[in-house]
Amino acid sequence: MKQIELKICLGTSCYVMGSSHLHELVDMVPSRFGDIVNVVGHNCLGQCSKNLEAGGPPYVQVDDEIIPDASIEKVLQYLEIKLK
Amino acid sequence: MSRQTIHLKKEVLVRIIKAFFSGDFINNIRLVPFQMRPKGSDVSYRCCIYKERAVLRDRIISGLGFGIENDDETLDLGIYAEQALKREKPEDIPLTVIETACKGCTPNRIHITDLCQGCVARPCQSTCRFGAISIINGKSVIDGAKCKNCKMCVPVCPYNAIVKISVPCEDSCPVAAIQKNAHGFAQIDYDKCITCGKCIIGCPFGAVHEKSQLIDVLKNLNKKIIALIAPSIVGQFPGNIYQLKSAMLKLGFSDVYEVAQGADITTKNEALEFKERLEKGEPLMTTSCCAGYFNFVEKHLPEIKRFVSDTKTPLYYIAEQAKARHPDAVTVFISPCTAKKSEAHACANVDYVLNYEELGAVFVALNMEITACEQVPFDTESSREGRAFGITGGVAAAVASISEIRVNPCIINGLNKDSIKRLRQIAREGRCPPADCAPQDASRAPDAASGCNLVEVMCCENGCIGGNAAIAPEKISKKALADFLKMTPAADQP
Repeated sequence: MKQIELKICLGTSCYVMGSSHLHELVDMVPSRFGDIVNVVGHNCLGQCSKNLEAGGPPYVQVDDEIIPDASIEKVLQYLEIKLK
Repeated sequence: MSRQTIHLKKEVLVRIIKAFFSGDFINNIRLVPFQMRPKGSDVSYRCCIYKERAVLRDRIISGLGFGIENDDETLDLGIYAEQALKREKPEDIPLTVIETACKGCTPNRIHITDLCQGCVARPCQSTCRFGAISIINGKSVIDGAKCKNCKMCVPVCPYNAIVKISVPCEDSCPVAAIQKNAHGFAQIDYDKCITCGKCIIGCPFGAVHEKSQLIDVLKNLNKKIIALIAPSIVGQFPGNIYQLKSAMLKLGFSDVYEVAQGADITTKNEALEFKERLEKGEPLMTTSCCAGYFNFVEKHLPEIKRFVSDTKTPLYYIAEQAKARHPDAVTVFISPCTAKKSEAHACANVDYVLNYEELGAVFVALNMEITACEQVPFDTESSREGRAFGITGGVAAAVASISEIRVNPCIINGLNKDSIKRLRQIAREGRCPPADCAPQDASRAPDAASGCNLVEVMCCENGCIGGNAAIAPEKISKKALADFLKMTPAADQP
């Protein structure tokens, strides 16, 4: 199976709105899903200027899919469904 | 701590700032509750959309810098915005409880649930030292008049049938300053409150707010306005503090000073004062730059005052320097917590305070990317010791680094029931027996005969990086700060 890339946006808006707390995913995701998901911090994904009203920062990108207003629970739930 | 409430509060701040810069502040501020909860949107938290908007209205009022306690509900948000623009000075008390947001949750008490089997052993009854538990109709019942909330009965029940009902704001307050009023809603007793901000984080409904001084600062941007950034800011934003400085200059601050520079003055004076006091025969000194601790001493433990260092805080020194150099400038302290708001309010050289969340909200509202900014150095670079003031143990370590007298520090890492007990003991006995001190600092060499001689008190666990307005989790900010300190040279030894 192809590896999934999970990018946590560390741009200023995302960081301020809570992406620094998503850092826990770095440990949580591999322990739950194994090596299939690669979690990385990423410079600004550019979403804030694109999708002003779509839920807002912090953003997480899983392959090509954007998760707005991301929380640890939301991201784990998303992966759960995606990997089923 | 709930991310959700913190996120919501930040979103409100971002919307206020966007309205401020929209060109029609007065009208657009009125629309914010409707933009956040438009017609037909999901009701996320409350009973209905109207209640959600009402709570948002009150959150905005505190974001504009006003208390909710005296709110005239008929007033339009636009009128509040106008008053905020006209205001010369921020309000005295930095906190407000938003009663519409307060759940009025079940009072703090011990409750026996219906899981109680009325067993023969009845360990609850025999454990209770106050005779508060009796058996009625084959089940344990607590007599509220006798129960002292000691919780002894909770762990002994073999069915886990006894629970302690918590009121999170009350539990978070180290000095019992927030309590339910006659209507069951949280109320702060400001004669007791030390403005530590723990209830802001504690309340899962986000009902306790800081009155923000955002508008006071925003209306002064692009004038002569100097930001004083606290040492704990490292790690609270992406990029380094040189990029942060440049981003703040772009926001419209005319200059940015590190408070760590003031910390270097505090260290020198504190070390001198420490020597003086010990040579006079005093057993110990409490050193702190924590405004929450000062408020605590003032309101709850005046007996310890004789040991409290008179040396001023880093904020005091840097603000004095800033005003001496630029008497016509407005000074804004960028703070990790609410407590510093009370210190700044009493300090003639500090005009306003923004906390990290509020500053962050400005970056978000203006969509500014700090890591894209160039690095701008500070006129004076602070020392490694000064830059470490924001983390528990930093102040004591700085004093120890230049003190002529050997320092045996006792580190009080956060005000709570236990540490307050210890401070009371220190005040009463005039000594801090090292045997009871948890060794927290590798440099500490406890000397059984003399005991600890330098007591550092931080109101928040981990120090200022654990302040109520911190953006990053402590794990992240601790590492960022450690990396930054490695790059900073130590102070010149005298």
